[in-house]
Amino acid sequence: MDERFYVSAPPHIKSRYDARYIMHQVIIALIPPTIAGIVIFGFRALLVILISILSSILWQRMVLSVKGEKRPLDGSEIVTGLLLALNLSPLVPWWIPVVGTFVAIVLAKELFGGLGFNIFNPALIARAFLLVSWPMEMTTWMFPSIGVSQATPLNGITQATPLTLLKLQHIYTPYINLFLGNRGGCIGETSVLALLIGAGYLFFRGVIDWKIPIPYIFTVGVLSLVFKQNPLFHIMAGGLILGAFFMATDYTTTPITKLGRIIFGISCGVITVLIRLFGGYPEGVSFSILFMNAMTPLLDRWTIPKPFGYRPLGRNI
Amino acid sequence: MRKFLRPLINGILRENPILVLMIGLCPALAVSSAAVNGIYMGLAATFVLVGSNLIISIIRRIVPDQIRIPIFITVIATFVTIVDMVMHAYAPDMYSILGIFIPLIVVNCIILGRAEAFAYHNGIIDSIGDGIGMGLGFTFILVVLGGIRELLGNGTLFGFQVMPISYKPVLLMILPPGAFLTIGFLQAIQRYRGGKS
Repeated sequence: MDERFYVSAPPHIKSRYDARYIMHQVIIALIPPTIAGIVIFGFRALLVILISILSSILWQRMVLSVKGEKRPLDGSEIVTGLLLALNLSPLVPWWIPVVGTFVAIVLAKELFGGLGFNIFNPALIARAFLLVSWPMEMTTWMFPSIGVSQATPLNGITQATPLTLLKLQHIYTPYINLFLGNRGGCIGETSVLALLIGAGYLFFRGVIDWKIPIPYIFTVGVLSLVFKQNPLFHIMAGGLILGAFFMATDYTTTPITKLGRIIFGISCGVITVLIRLFGGYPEGVSFSILFMNAMTPLLDRWTIPKPFGYRPLGRNI
Repeated sequence: MRKFLRPLINGILRENPILVLMIGLCPALAVSSAAVNGIYMGLAATFVLVGSNLIISIIRRIVPDQIRIPIFITVIATFVTIVDMVMHAYAPDMYSILGIFIPLIVVNCIILGRAEAFAYHNGIIDSIGDGIGMGLGFTFILVVLGGIRELLGNGTLFGFQVMPISYKPVLLMILPPGAFLTIGFLQAIQRYRGGKS
């Protein structure tokens, strides 16, 4: 029988937009920031990325074999591992990404039922777990290796992130360093240019839409102005660009309704600015997205679209 | 003897207050950051549980149905006051660690729940057995929970260094999220075992 006469419950039109295709698109989009991170921070960054991806695949295979499921890997574990690595400092010890991917894959994803059933973004849960458990190891930042001239052949000078510098010493990092990535920070968050290239690719492919990232970034800018801060600095410093385009757009953990997505983005922005300016941590992107992940079912319920001409029952004219 | 043992074993395993009945979670989550805390908290609760079960079982025929809850609370509060004062006098260090959770045993759902569900309807011997069983079940889980959290979050067990010095403790485990995670895992193991048998 020809496949066109396949009879089943809808949907009948099959597109190539399955989980595997989307995960591969996200991996492609993450290549520019990955390369930027390796160029900026050198060999250690590459090592952290490799350990993270490999251990992530390992945990995924182990979970599948314990569960007795014989399905092929769908690429989501590579995305999780890569995203987690991009969220780590290049100076973390080797076991940090291994423990992190265990938390991400086993605790945050598979124990909730696997891809599509997880409440929270796995990579962000792992980052929060690591940050709370080992604050020392997680916040030892590295000065970019390309910033060190030959005259000072030092290996691994530690340097605070721009947001920490602002919070503790009121120093503004120059825009050009923020934009190109020549500054301390996580492996993948420093180069705004590379992140925008990746995000642009995802827009072009239709994998993500504007309804979460743009309100998110816009809100952070506006609120920074309200609190008499430099909006451009707050948009480019820290993990906002990475978080807004690559983590707050995860299909599983964000609302599906249009209005819900916009509310999600705006709320993330509000929480991020509040944590940055009034909280204990210098950065609030990951916590804000995790918090709003928990709100996603409520947002979906509150913003169910009203069908055209709908009238509530029992209220006849 | 069987009247005594049946509810006792029931409380430790098949109807464990924390893992199966899911009551008394609040102190279990709050004080289980070390194994020693679990022993003290568990024994304090066991004493109150046995005492209140005994008294309520004795007076159950003369307690009017409408005002039984205030009477239960009065009985329980008496025993909690005893524990509170004794611990304050003889174990001041532990008293300062457990703090507010000793007086709060008064409103612990395990104790009021067993008074209402068991001691009010059963004889004296059964009630004592139920009190000991529920109390030991509570203590057992508190010690296991506290032990796991202390081992992972501090590298020690009952105050002794167990993990090698190079071990970097998982701080999260002695913070509140660690309690929720561990108790979730223990409950999952209990369900898994229950599902198999």
